[in-house]
Amino acid sequence: MIPEIGHFALILALFFSLCLSVVPLIGYWQKNRVLLHTARPLTYLMSFFVLVSFLVLALSFMTDDFSVLYVSQNSNSQLPIWYKFSALWGGHEGSLLLWILILSGWSSAVALKSVSLPKDVGPVVLSVLGMVSLGFLSFMLFTSSPFVRALPDAPLDGRDLNPLLQDIGLIIHPPMLYMGYVGFSVAFAFAIAALITGNLNASWARWTRPWTSLSWAFLTLGITLGSWWAYYELGWGGWWFWDPVENASFMPWLAGTALVHSLAVTEKRGVFKSWTVLLAIFTFSLSLLGTFLVRSGVLTSVHAFAADPTRGIYILMLLVILIGGSLLLYGLRASQVRASATFGVTGREAWLLLNNILLTVLTLTVLLGTLYPLIFDVLGLGRISVGAPYFNTVFSPIALLLIVFMAIGPFSKWHHTKASLLLNAILLPAVLAIVVAGLLSYVYALGMMAWLTLSVALWSALLIAKDWFVKVSAGTKGIIPRARQLPRNYYGMMIAHLGMVVTLIGILLVSTSSHESTVKLSPGESVSFAGYDFHFDGISHLKGPNYLADRGVISVSKNGDFVALLQPEKRFYSTSRQIMTEAGLDAGFTRDLYVSLGEKLSGEAWGIRLYVKAFVRWIWLGGLMMMCGGLLSALDKRYRKTVRGNNA
Amino acid sequence: MKLIKLACLMMAFLLSSYSFADTLMTFSSELNQTRFQSLAKELRCPKCQNQDLADSQAGIAKDLRIQIHEMIEQGKTDQEIVDYMVARYGDFVLYRPKYSAATSILWVGPAAFLIIGLVVFAGVVYRNKKRRAGKAL
Amino acid sequence: MRKLLVFLPFIVFIGLGSVLYKQLGTNPEYMPSALIGKPVPDFKLVSLQTDTVQDQTSLPKQAYLLNFWATWCPTCEMEHAYLRTLAKQGIPIVGIDYKDDKHKAQQWLATRGNPYQWVLTDELGKFGVDMGVTGAPETFVVNSKGIIVYRYQGALDDRVWQEMKGYLK
Repeated sequence: MIPEIGHFALILALFFSLCLSVVPLIGYWQKNRVLLHTARPLTYLMSFFVLVSFLVLALSFMTDDFSVLYVSQNSNSQLPIWYKFSALWGGHEGSLLLWILILSGWSSAVALKSVSLPKDVGPVVLSVLGMVSLGFLSFMLFTSSPFVRALPDAPLDGRDLNPLLQDIGLIIHPPMLYMGYVGFSVAFAFAIAALITGNLNASWARWTRPWTSLSWAFLTLGITLGSWWAYYELGWGGWWFWDPVENASFMPWLAGTALVHSLAVTEKRGVFKSWTVLLAIFTFSLSLLGTFLVRSGVLTSVHAFAADPTRGIYILMLLVILIGGSLLLYGLRASQVRASATFGVTGREAWLLLNNILLTVLTLTVLLGTLYPLIFDVLGLGRISVGAPYFNTVFSPIALLLIVFMAIGPFSKWHHTKASLLLNAILLPAVLAIVVAGLLSYVYALGMMAWLTLSVALWSALLIAKDWFVKVSAGTKGIIPRARQLPRNYYGMMIAHLGMVVTLIGILLVSTSSHESTVKLSPGESVSFAGYDFHFDGISHLKGPNYLADRGVISVSKNGDFVALLQPEKRFYSTSRQIMTEAGLDAGFTRDLYVSLGEKLSGEAWGIRLYVKAFVRWIWLGGLMMMCGGLLSALDKRYRKTVRGNNA
Repeated sequence: MKLIKLACLMMAFLLSSYSFADTLMTFSSELNQTRFQSLAKELRCPKCQNQDLADSQAGIAKDLRIQIHEMIEQGKTDQEIVDYMVARYGDFVLYRPKYSAATSILWVGPAAFLIIGLVVFAGVVYRNKKRRAGKAL
Repeated sequence: MRKLLVFLPFIVFIGLGSVLYKQLGTNPEYMPSALIGKPVPDFKLVSLQTDTVQDQTSLPKQAYLLNFWATWCPTCEMEHAYLRTLAKQGIPIVGIDYKDDKHKAQQWLATRGNPYQWVLTDELGKFGVDMGVTGAPETFVVNSKGIIVYRYQGALDDRVWQEMKGYLK
């Protein structure tokens, strides 16, 4: 009975999303205030029923209701309680419900805040969000309802959650990721509303900015968590694989990064208006494309959901209607927009334009590499693979160039900057960075490319610090009051840019200064590797809640001093009959010790993989900093003030 | 997002009776070891979802690792080893597709995007300059 | 010009959409064999039945099937009965006992029946690598000129055979 309530709630949500997509728009065209005013209550009603069905599904998981097919496929009575909850988004149907729940969450948040928007903008924005919900709700109801029953032969126990997903990283990774790329639907809705109403002035950029920064922060966190999870859970010590599914979340991030910057220009200077609209559409389209790639079974990935062509057709239709429709609308409306403001070659506008162009080039590069095998196949040219070696080759130089401009950009002023001033500001730090990086690369024998990269990283960091220092030391007041006066937006940018530098350093050093080796060890034996002594104490057997494990015990010391006790495991999950390796890790600021258990060799000996990963934590530390930067700028006081000011 | 299709890992473990344990490889020189590691990262495991030979636990990946190791120690060049793999498993095993007429867009694309982007930048800046000059008058 | 330019994203997207549409429902794991159109590579393998070293010359002169199998492979077990019906129809099948234990393999053929004209043992899987095999079962069709014309990964059954038999000439 209870699962049927969930299903019924979904039907009601679908009904309200249908009303939401139609009624306020009719109100807009007929200038009917009553109809316009239905937008907010309809949004709340829709979100409420989505929430109800989510809670019902959660309840089915918590109470081990294996008569629900989806529950029986993704859970098990032995599963610890928190995994029972997160198993909800362990499969296609449930994760889609989470997707929709988050979408309705964003919609409700917009509805709450829409009081301060002009009377006809808010309802149109909500209506566009309603259309997106309508698309996904109908997709779920018609092709992938999670409430389908396995009656009358309900299984006694479930098939268990995929062991790879039984992990804290995977409890929070999908919700954060979805918060991010579903959040871009808000910018998308504002852009479409601007196209519909023809109000393509700078104000839409101001309303959109905090939402976009917030979504961007979530997406950054989601990707960071995903990378961290892959690092310790997949057992190969890699942190980014250029897998199509990773790319599917990375492309909206790149486009979203461009969007965050172009919104700033459009808001402040009223230039690039039509470009920013296109970018908002582009960003959300990439989120949708990612959803399609993961759920349609068109590509092979370790991360893809089980293939199903009917679902594929449905999402593709959805894509064509949503993206195709928006791009068509864009084509029809954007040619009417004319730029009014102007800027100089050295103005901040120009730097940010360059930033946008490079980020777009990067996005298109990833898109090209991800889809090329598909295009190749469709043209009957055979099957090829495009993987990490390709992406590293073509992506890195452009990304490095982008970071160079990231460093210079903040020094420029809106409209126009004196070239000599700019040059003076950046020259000395550049010399300093090149010398220090050169010394470091020489001492640690890093090579030319590393020298270049390190120089860029140090230089950017120096410039960020210098910019802040110049700002706080100007004027008569003391440093601390000046520092407190700087807007959150500024600190957001500063921290995000610093985060980028930290990530860059991490990526560089982990790829140049790490060590890996596979060794054969019997209990009691030691091996010395990369300056550490690894002593294999032996193997113990233990029983987890739903698995049996062999746990290796390896003590690590350096020059006779104890460093860490590593306990890599090999787990056998009895229900799903899968074997998983759990790495033994000792995390550190400058290095990670990473050990994974291979296979049992002759006698008591085991094959063991040892890694010393230099500065790998910096990659995720940088990611967290970028997220904080995004949050800070989303919370800038200015938005609240100006939005209210606008309303008055 | 990451519901993992485990086929590859499962294959590796369920059928572990078939795969010979990864014999620990010894290399005659450090260079050979580096070559091995980078080759194993350039080549895709032909049986797996999307993994390179270095990361894959599938039986076939182990066989191919052993093959690469042997060929390196026999003094074969990287190109010979790659050709050997392509002759047997097709272009599919190359994570870095060979340059050809059919893959030219893939290889030239990013540079072309960059050039187009810079031209657009120059164009926008130039038009702006003209407009500014017009305003100044 | 600008009028056209603003429609460019739409046009590109429609192109992309049709590529994705064409790709739907195809098997992304399908991999064509790199050996189609080539002769069977040279080999020296020990026969399971006679314990003698065999090479190219022992292969059938007419068109035949080359089937990789092993006792550790559950799918091969499923396939075995179908291979026997094919053998009864007089279709020559050469078996390659892939990365297997010789005694287990002999036992298997003794208890389940032998559909193969020849069974050659590829204990280390070297011949498998030469044939571009990624696992078992895999079946190749070799035509009367000794050229590989078709490859199927997975168990043979009626549905697969309908397509495969056209190549066997």
